[in-house]
Amino acid sequence: MKSLNLPTIILLVSAAFWFFSWKSAPAGYIVGDKAADFSLKNVDGSIVSLSDYKDAKGYLVVFTCNHCPYAQIYEQRIIDLHKKFAPLGVPVIAVNPNSPLIVPEDSYEEMQKRARLKKYPFAYLFDEEQTVMSQFGATRTPHVFLLDSNRVVWYIGAIDDNPESPSLVKNRWVEAAVNALLLGDCPSPDFTRAVGCTVKRKPR
Amino acid sequence: MVHFFTFWFRLKVTLFVVFMVVWTSSFAQEFHLYDTMQQLEARISQASDATLVINFWATWCKPCVEELPCFDDLKEQYCGYDIQILLVSLDFKSQVEKKFIPFLRAQKIKSEVALLADQDVNTWIPRIYEDWDGAIPATIVVRGNRRKFSLGKFSSLEELDAFVSPFLLDTTTPLKPVTCRGK
Repeated sequence: MKSLNLPTIILLVSAAFWFFSWKSAPAGYIVGDKAADFSLKNVDGSIVSLSDYKDAKGYLVVFTCNHCPYAQIYEQRIIDLHKKFAPLGVPVIAVNPNSPLIVPEDSYEEMQKRARLKKYPFAYLFDEEQTVMSQFGATRTPHVFLLDSNRVVWYIGAIDDNPESPSLVKNRWVEAAVNALLLGDCPSPDFTRAVGCTVKRKPR
Repeated sequence: MVHFFTFWFRLKVTLFVVFMVVWTSSFAQEFHLYDTMQQLEARISQASDATLVINFWATWCKPCVEELPCFDDLKEQYCGYDIQILLVSLDFKSQVEKKFIPFLRAQKIKSEVALLADQDVNTWIPRIYEDWDGAIPATIVVRGNRRKFSLGKFSSLEELDAFVSPFLLDTTTPLKPVTCRGK
């Protein structure tokens, strides 16, 4: 025990700090975490929470927006996901995390226009304070989080593996994950990466 | 008369061919097309001990386009240093003719440009940097085995400089006076 002199203790303490700061570094949810419910304003003016979906077996929380070409490329596929899975109890809940101070095209009014124009069958919510985006750890649009009925995260990532051509898609990751969830199986993979636009944080 | 026509005809054909060759070669030098990650990795390892700054961007990404001139400026600022800039576009291959080449022409980018068309994004992104999830703009600095990553736009040359300069600090005095382009 004599070897536990002051420098050693300082070293150990700082090492512990370093270790724990590293552990907590990835902000946002990882698969297996329980997500907090939220209440955000929908394009129809109502306030929507996950708990409003009474009989949901799960939730597809999709961070997306108006302006991003990748979000636009995936827009129809997001609509299709809702049409396919909402009747099975897993609706899409779209969230725009961008600050209109950075991208005017992503303002609430523009969201309303786009939702009307494209006849969004799902809720399109405005995360004006950017708190939901921070809690989830959404970094890009589109960015999908699949939650089960207890709001536990089952899948995080991309919709599929080919943004450019829907006909050349080999892996429909989100579809596979929802199907797995409905069967009670763990999705594989449960985390994927994809190109997308960074979330536009409002200036501090 | 027959001679006259053939002469002009031949001249026209020759001029056309010369024009086409010059035109297409001016094209070919504008960017490298990498169909696979391996090709980009080969380019990265070519840099050996140079400081290689790689920026991932796309013509459709507004913040990316805004920060592009900073990279040309950085290169100019460190003129004479062993620094390389590589601007890797993630534009779609199908839009190369229609969007990508006209963009390069209009912007007059001086840095080396590449287009990475590897669609297996989920596999190649972590090979660039483990914690990157694919949002752009994103920039990495590579020197030997060291790598540093930055997500999002650099709002000024100073910000980009602060990110890159630690990699250059231990480069001994810059190679002797080189005429730098521009200012």
